[in-house]
Amino acid sequence: MTGARTFLGYRRPDGRVGVRNHVLVVPTVICSAVVAERIAAAAQPLGAALPHLAGCGQIGPDLHVTHETLAAYCQHPNVGAVLVVALGCEQVVAQYLAESARTAGKPAEIISIQGEGGTLRATSRGTEIAQRLAADLARAEREACDVTSLILSVKCGGSDYTSGLASNPALGRVADRLVDLGGAAVLGEIAEIMGAEHLLAARATAPETATRLLRVINRVESEAMALGLDIRGTQPSPGNIRGGLTTIEEKSLGATHKGGEHTPLADVVPYAGRITRKGLTVMDTPGLDVESVTGMVGGGAQAVVFTTGLGTPTGNPIAPVIKITGNTRTAQSMRDNIDLDVSGVLDDTETLDEAAARIFDEVIAVCSGKLAAAERLGHREFAIHRRNPTI
Amino acid sequence: MRAALVISERDNVATALEALETGQRLDLAGTTLMVQSPVPRGHKIALRPIRSGEAVIKYGSPIGTAIADIPQGTHVHTHNVASDRGRGDRVPRADAREEPRIAEPPDEATPPPQGNRR
Repeated sequence: MTGARTFLGYRRPDGRVGVRNHVLVVPTVICSAVVAERIAAAAQPLGAALPHLAGCGQIGPDLHVTHETLAAYCQHPNVGAVLVVALGCEQVVAQYLAESARTAGKPAEIISIQGEGGTLRATSRGTEIAQRLAADLARAEREACDVTSLILSVKCGGSDYTSGLASNPALGRVADRLVDLGGAAVLGEIAEIMGAEHLLAARATAPETATRLLRVINRVESEAMALGLDIRGTQPSPGNIRGGLTTIEEKSLGATHKGGEHTPLADVVPYAGRITRKGLTVMDTPGLDVESVTGMVGGGAQAVVFTTGLGTPTGNPIAPVIKITGNTRTAQSMRDNIDLDVSGVLDDTETLDEAAARIFDEVIAVCSGKLAAAERLGHREFAIHRRNPTI
Repeated sequence: MRAALVISERDNVATALEALETGQRLDLAGTTLMVQSPVPRGHKIALRPIRSGEAVIKYGSPIGTAIADIPQGTHVHTHNVASDRGRGDRVPRADAREEPRIAEPPDEATPPPQGNRR
């Protein structure tokens, strides 16, 4: 490793540090998503919209998760200012989102499509506000910040045999290194810990943390079993199986490597729940890539390192998603989407430590402003996890 | 490049880093192995005979149970290994949730929706 301990970030009034500086345009509900997207598009490059499918027709836990996920993005350090775009009659409370941003010291404003009098007037008024917020944010300058303020999301998707042998263990060494330096990492995808939970539970800093991990895994497994079906066919996915992965246990053992070899398991948090501890946090997310990344960024991860064997384009509206592959064919065939090729680990032309050093340096560079491939390609996928029917 | 990789000394399978052909000789984890059936790149090969019902071990941990006797040197995959996790299909039907209800078909008296002629 080069030993970098600092990156160039944006210090926020609440003490957190951002690696991007967005004007976040948040629709409260699916009905205002198109207007929010148009406003964000008119405030480039700082504007970022969060188009989503929820915000109304939801009950109990799902409504809670929608509120808390959107509020978490309003408070996120990669966001400098917030414009909430309401329709006017939905369940999600625009004031709650704006207040969340203000609590974190960010300017926040609200418009509603019904209040403004239609799409055109709301888009025009929203664009004015977003441009004004962007002009203020454009004056912010990056400054040297310690890596202890970083929370790195570790993620894998489109896995094949190279994921467990090269990219995930290399990424795990990055997580180990960041945590050793005083930073944090977050691992999601509970179904993909199934079969490897004993390795994480053994690293729990408190017996209660291990118990919470096992309880969450048990819940996910029971939910799958309650359907009277088995999860083969989705876990591993058909592509995983073609790639040589036989069972969820095998996939999980390969996947869990990316959380590090010795990082302490410090906490287990709900979907998009705030990550507050140093060390490794496990977040209760589904395995679906976009929902998982959406949740981990919501929890406060400023950047994501995403390993892939088969190749996948997933990005995020406010956080860079860095793609790593250990598959030399994928590195070529999907070179648009891949930031780093660590296939040398399997060719014996590079050690895992050397690959980890390159990934760590890339994380520092991207956190300091270098655009990841997913950002250059305009990948901004966002999906809030939901578990109940729409009413 | 190595032809195959053994991750943990506890493992009873190796991962093929290139397609393996029948008759090919592998020197792995201190033993010599003859490939007995083709193994695609990225797939697994049995390092020793694995009996039906025995755990298949990779990364030093069980990845499932053999559902057939697996001879040494042969392909190990979904045809001879089954997962032991999330197996709702093994739960007695009475404990499983009722089938999801589907919408009633429309009344025969209901006229079909009218389309616009183009």
